[in-house]
Amino acid sequence: MKPRALVPILYILFLLLPIYWLVAMSFKTTNEILGGFSLFPQEFTLENYRVIFTDPTWYWGYINSIFYVSLNTLISLAAALPAAYAFSRYRFMGDKHLFFWLLTNRMAPAAVFALPFFQLYSAVGLFDTHLAVALAHCLFNIPLAVWILEGFMSGVPKELDETAYVDGYSFPRFFATIFIPTIKAGVGVAAFFCFMFSWVELLLAKTLTAVEAKPIAATMTRTASSAGYELGLLAAAGVLTIIPGAIVIYFVRNYIAKGFALGRV
Amino acid sequence: MKTENQRGWLFVLPVLVLVAFNALIPLMTVVNYSVQETFGDNLFFWHGLGWFEDILRSERFHAALGRQLFFTATILIIEIPLGVAIALAMPRQGFWVPVCLVLMALPLLIPWNVVGAMWNIFTLPDIGLLGYTMNSVLGIEYNMTQSPVAAWITVIVMDVWHWTSLVVLLAYAGLIAIPEAYYQAARIDGASNWSVFRYIQLPKMKRVLTIAVLLRFMDSFNIYTEPFVLTGGGPGNSTTLLSIDLVKVALGQFDLGPAAAMSLIYFAITLAVSWLFYTLMTRDEQ
Repeated sequence: MKPRALVPILYILFLLLPIYWLVAMSFKTTNEILGGFSLFPQEFTLENYRVIFTDPTWYWGYINSIFYVSLNTLISLAAALPAAYAFSRYRFMGDKHLFFWLLTNRMAPAAVFALPFFQLYSAVGLFDTHLAVALAHCLFNIPLAVWILEGFMSGVPKELDETAYVDGYSFPRFFATIFIPTIKAGVGVAAFFCFMFSWVELLLAKTLTAVEAKPIAATMTRTASSAGYELGLLAAAGVLTIIPGAIVIYFVRNYIAKGFALGRV
Repeated sequence: MKTENQRGWLFVLPVLVLVAFNALIPLMTVVNYSVQETFGDNLFFWHGLGWFEDILRSERFHAALGRQLFFTATILIIEIPLGVAIALAMPRQGFWVPVCLVLMALPLLIPWNVVGAMWNIFTLPDIGLLGYTMNSVLGIEYNMTQSPVAAWITVIVMDVWHWTSLVVLLAYAGLIAIPEAYYQAARIDGASNWSVFRYIQLPKMKRVLTIAVLLRFMDSFNIYTEPFVLTGGGPGNSTTLLSIDLVKVALGQFDLGPAAAMSLIYFAITLAVSWLFYTLMTRDEQ
């Protein structure tokens, strides 16, 4: 083994330590946690997980989160695909300014928008719906999706479009049956980033929901403050929030590296 | 070569509508608040640029901005070189590549409040793995709730833990895109490792590193949830970054006017710096 292989190994160990601790905590009883330090769970218990899977306020948090994250990914991609095509293929009035303006929305601190978002979505009657969170997350996900997809699309030669038109394809048919399959790695990468940023965001998701669409992250903060300090339960809930992410990474693992390299990104 | 075609606007329309709805209306609301004074009961009075003057002179804002700049500068200085170094040391092919990538991407997909909670549990002085090791095994006094230095180090280490992988992924993608022929040419010329890095790898990574710096700048400048869950801005105000201070003013004290004015100044700073990066680093492409 070459000595430089140590660098990634040490780094991964550093990444896994806090995660290990969270997992270890989730299998401990409250008594053991409060009783003192132990490296491994002494009285191994699944009680914390049982609570989460049997209490609707807990497991609905996960369902809500997955629902609005998926909705957001779909909306972001559907809107970003044609826009990215326009940016990569056409020159039109104000295109460069528009592109930078889109990016500026990724710079807006969510804390700045929390209160106005609450008022806006209450005014249009969407407060406490999954759609509200999915739409609000478009603010930072659409610019990113356009940015990533534009890079991939610019890597596809223009001759592909022209040949298809000569062969008599209409634009929508060309776009759906030829163009999108050509850049499917890019769509995968964009979907991954939309999923990721929507899944991890909490401030807006919490501001825009109360009961019906409450995300799991909000359930956790409310439990942490109201039900005393149930560390084991909190740790179990945290472990369960890592799993959907891990599944998504597993599916796109080959796209992440190759995908970026193919695109102009 | 791109064709001149105003049809582009039609394609951009859905994005425009969605982003404008989410960006312009709230932004106008903020602008509206920032020039008014309110005493509750939905009574508003014109206040002109008063709040802006107050905030630009306020020591509290200067302190929060200073902490924010220090935080962002520190994590950029650590994460960008570290990310590049790890990407350079990673295997280019074989079984271990996907394993490394999946494990490294893991922190990126953990909800931000869970990141804060996880580090909180990890660093508890009596029962946390790190806290216990520091205090009872190594004998170094380490308590985030009492020592501002410990709180700062923890916030920075947490951010390095959380986000270095993004830099690694981007830098790695840039690296594997370099054709093997470049390295062969360098070997024939007898180039040292350093020259290979300086004249082949670094220039080829320029674009991905631009994105990495921009994303890390924007996101670290707007950071809220993780340090808030971890330290609550304390002890005292020592780790109160800009967003945390803003939320304290806006939701804690419900001072809509000052909070809105502060938001706009904050946004303007982010915008100006990002524009500078963007222009500087994409200058050569045109």
